[in-house]
Amino acid sequence: MADHAAHHEHKLAIFRGRLKFKNNVQKIWGVLIFLSLVTIVEVALGYIKPDFLNGKFLALKYLNWIFIILTLVKAYYITWDFMHMRDETSGLRRAVVWTAVFLIIYLIAILLVEGDYIYEVYKDAAVSFDF
Amino acid sequence: MDTTVATTGTEGQKWGGGATRPLGASYGKMMMWFFILSDALTFSGFLAAYGFSRFKFIEEWPIADEVFNHFPFLHGTDAPMFYVALMTFILIGSSVTMVLAVDAGHQMNRKKVSFYLLLTVIGGLIFVGSQAWEWKNFIAGEYGAVKTKGGKILQFLDAKTEERIALDEFVQVGPRDLQAYGESEGIWYETSGDIGATYTIDEVRKGFAANPNIVIRTQQLEVNPETGASEKIVLSREESMRRLQTDAVSVVEGANLTENEYGAPLFADFFFFITGFHGFHVFSGVVFNLIIFFNVLLGTYERRGHYEMVEKVGLYWHFVDLVWVFVFTFFYLV
Repeated sequence: MADHAAHHEHKLAIFRGRLKFKNNVQKIWGVLIFLSLVTIVEVALGYIKPDFLNGKFLALKYLNWIFIILTLVKAYYITWDFMHMRDETSGLRRAVVWTAVFLIIYLIAILLVEGDYIYEVYKDAAVSFDF
Repeated sequence: MDTTVATTGTEGQKWGGGATRPLGASYGKMMMWFFILSDALTFSGFLAAYGFSRFKFIEEWPIADEVFNHFPFLHGTDAPMFYVALMTFILIGSSVTMVLAVDAGHQMNRKKVSFYLLLTVIGGLIFVGSQAWEWKNFIAGEYGAVKTKGGKILQFLDAKTEERIALDEFVQVGPRDLQAYGESEGIWYETSGDIGATYTIDEVRKGFAANPNIVIRTQQLEVNPETGASEKIVLSREESMRRLQTDAVSVVEGANLTENEYGAPLFADFFFFITGFHGFHVFSGVVFNLIIFFNVLLGTYERRGHYEMVEKVGLYWHFVDLVWVFVFTFFYLV
């Protein structure tokens, strides 16, 4: 099948073109190093839990925001480079990614707000739940 | 016949059908992507439900560092998260061998594809085994605790060092008024309350009274004004004594679907369900990889002229890695 041969070129630049690799195998190792570094930073932060990251933004600690953002960064590079989303047409990419992103943000926002509300109800209720 | 054929005005354009391929992917690959999308939404549903329950029971939610602090061959060492971090590296590593297999497939290099697929399978098996080991530690528990009438957990601490103290460090097993009958005698019974537990609640009370250096830690959170960190409230000796006498009803050792010595039982339910569902994905991924591996050895894809099947199974395998990245964050880090 000829159309499979046409699929073999990969986009070899990551970090918005700042880092270019010579071939696909090199890019794979490069992305592995990057993902490992991010994981090491996550584990180190989780181990040390620096006090200055205890402040809160939108009901979440700064530290947890950092974890979530780093996780999304990892997810991006796994999807874009290991799953070759970078090489797919924009139509396929948007059909998959936008659907997931929109539905997940919607679901999470609703459920977390609701969970926090129930916590407040338990906490301030006339009946004690801690006995 | 001409009159029955509707012209849509799209002939020769992208959406006119025919030879143009707007998404530029084969049917199989496209369907794998949409399966992954639906599976991603399923996992998001589970993780969002986890987040909901966590916000609902934000105080009694266990501290992950205390639950997952084991490392193989390092008994008694407090190694929070190191093992799950290692598991993360194993899974990312097997993702790399998978993508190398896909790349070798593009070069029609049968030997390399089979070698990298084998490495991927081995990585997957190590990961599933590690997950089983994590489950074992969590089910067995470490310190033990007592449960109150309201279903809350009370844990024991050394008053001076504020370190956790295990039940077996201060509780003595007293005489038991139990018959030595069991399933082997053909007698059917249900375990409940003190039956089947290592310690009874009265033995815990006795041991607690005999050791004046032990206090109780509750599940309520309090913000430490110096560091800004939330910490669980530790009771005074008198208050500890009172709660143990009046509120405590049973001993909890380890975790299962109904109780959890580390905190909210829902944490255990979600942990078993989500990591179990993910582990099942890893397991089925290993099975798919093995099938593809044998097909590569048999030369199926060599004859077909392309290794796209490796690519499709690879997508699934990377997705499993992707889910783990999120499970790792929300169960162990946040």
